[in-house]
Amino acid sequence: MRAVPKAEQGAVVVAAKRLRLGALFALLPCLANAAILPEDRADVMYHGYDGGGLEVSGPSVLVRKGFNDKVSVWGNYYVDMISSASIDVVATASPYEETRHEYSGGIDYLSGKTMMGFAYIRSDEDDYLANTARFGISQDFFGDLTTLGISYARGWNDVMKNGDPTFNEHTTRQDWRVDLSQIITPNLVLNFGYEGITDDGYLHDPYRSARYLDASSAKGYGYEAEVTPGTKTSSAWAIRGMYYLPYRASARAEYRYYTDTWGVEGWNIEFGYVQPLSYGVTLDLSYRYYTQGTADFYSDLYPYQDSQNFLSRDKELSEFSSNSIGIGLTYAFGENLVPYFKRGEFSLFADYIEFSYEDFRDVLKAGTPGDEPLYKMDSTIIRAFVSFWY
Amino acid sequence: MYRNIVLLLVVLCAAGGCTSIKPWVSPYERNNLADPIMSFSRDPIASNYLEHVYESRTGARGAEGGAGGGCGCS
Repeated sequence: MRAVPKAEQGAVVVAAKRLRLGALFALLPCLANAAILPEDRADVMYHGYDGGGLEVSGPSVLVRKGFNDKVSVWGNYYVDMISSASIDVVATASPYEETRHEYSGGIDYLSGKTMMGFAYIRSDEDDYLANTARFGISQDFFGDLTTLGISYARGWNDVMKNGDPTFNEHTTRQDWRVDLSQIITPNLVLNFGYEGITDDGYLHDPYRSARYLDASSAKGYGYEAEVTPGTKTSSAWAIRGMYYLPYRASARAEYRYYTDTWGVEGWNIEFGYVQPLSYGVTLDLSYRYYTQGTADFYSDLYPYQDSQNFLSRDKELSEFSSNSIGIGLTYAFGENLVPYFKRGEFSLFADYIEFSYEDFRDVLKAGTPGDEPLYKMDSTIIRAFVSFWY
Repeated sequence: MYRNIVLLLVVLCAAGGCTSIKPWVSPYERNNLADPIMSFSRDPIASNYLEHVYESRTGARGAEGGAGGGCGCS
C-alpha cells in the first residue's frame, strides 16, 4: 500500500463522483413545462469552486435547438479541473490534480400536452467511468394548471484505482423521480418533487481511510481502509413555491427532506428573491440552510482497528450544518440586434457557503486524539456565463 | 421507496378522476406566471452546477432543483 498515491487519487474520486450525481438532473430540462419545448439557446459558462483546500473549475457549454415545434435536441460538454489539498488529502498524502470530462446529450419530443425525453451522459476520468441513461415523460392536466413528470435513470459505473491496474470494480444505479407542479393562483405556483436512488456494488472509496486509536503510533492513531455497505437507497422529497409579488419581482421558498439506508437524515430550507432593475439588469438573492445527522457506521475515531464491519470517516457522512448566501446579476443585451439572434444575457453569480462539522475533527491541529478542534470550512462558488437565444 | 412511488401515483390518478374540478386560473390570467423570473430554473446550465456543488458537499442527494414554474400554457 503506497500512502501518497492512494490518498491523492482518492480525493479525485470523492470530488468527481459526487459532482457527477447532480448531472443526472440536467438531462431533462424539458420537463419543467410539458406543453412547450424549451427555447433554442446556447450557454457558455465558467464555473469555479474554492473551499477547504479543494479547487474545481472549468468550462461548460450547453446548446439546444428545436425543430418543427415537435423535437428539441441538446448537448452539453462539461469539464472539472480539480486541484486539491483538502484536509483528507493533506492529512494522509500530498496535493493532486485531475481532470474530468463529461459529455451529455438528449432529445425531447412533444406530442400534444405530453413531453417525452431521453438523455445520455458519460463521465470520464482516470479512475472512474460513468454512463447514465434517463427517460422521462410529463403531461399537463387541468387546463395546463398541473404538470406531472416522471423519469427513470439507470447508471453503470466502473471504479478503478490508479497504481493498481488489476483493480476494476463496478456499481449500478437506479433513479426514480416524480415532479408535480401546480398553479395555485395567477401569482403562485407550487412544486412537489420526490426522488429515490438505489446504488449497488463497490460504494466505498478505494482510497479513503478511517481513523482508529493506536497507542503504538506516535500520533496516537492510525488509518485503515474505508468499508461501506454494498447497497444504498435514498429518498428525498421537496416542496417549493414561487410567488409573483405585487410589483415585478418573485420570491421563492423550499423545504427538502432526505433519508437513506445508511442512517443519514437531513433537511434544508431555501429562500430566493429575483428583482429586475433598470437598464436590463436583474438581481438574484438567495439563502440556504442545510443540516444532517451522522451515518450509522460513521466515526471520526474508532476505538481500535477493525472495530466494526463498516468503517468510514467521510465528513459528508458526519453530522454538520451549513449556511449559504448567494447573489447574482444578469444583464440583458442585443435584442433582435442581428438576424437569427433574439437576445443575449451575461450573468455573474457568486455564492458563499460556511460549513460547521459536529463530529469531524481537524487532525491538522494539535490535540489529544479525538479531542482536536472540530473542523470548519467555507467555500466560494463563481458562475459566469453568457447566453444567446436564437 | 417503491411503495412511496406507487402510493403517490395512486393519489395522482385518483385526483385525475375528479372531473368536476375546473381550471381556476384562466390562460389570460397567467401573464405573471409566464414571466421568466417565475421559473425555478431560469438558467439550467447555472442552476444544475450549483446543485452539483450542494450534492458534492453533503450526504443528501435527489429532489434538487424543481420542475414547474412558468405559465403552463401551450
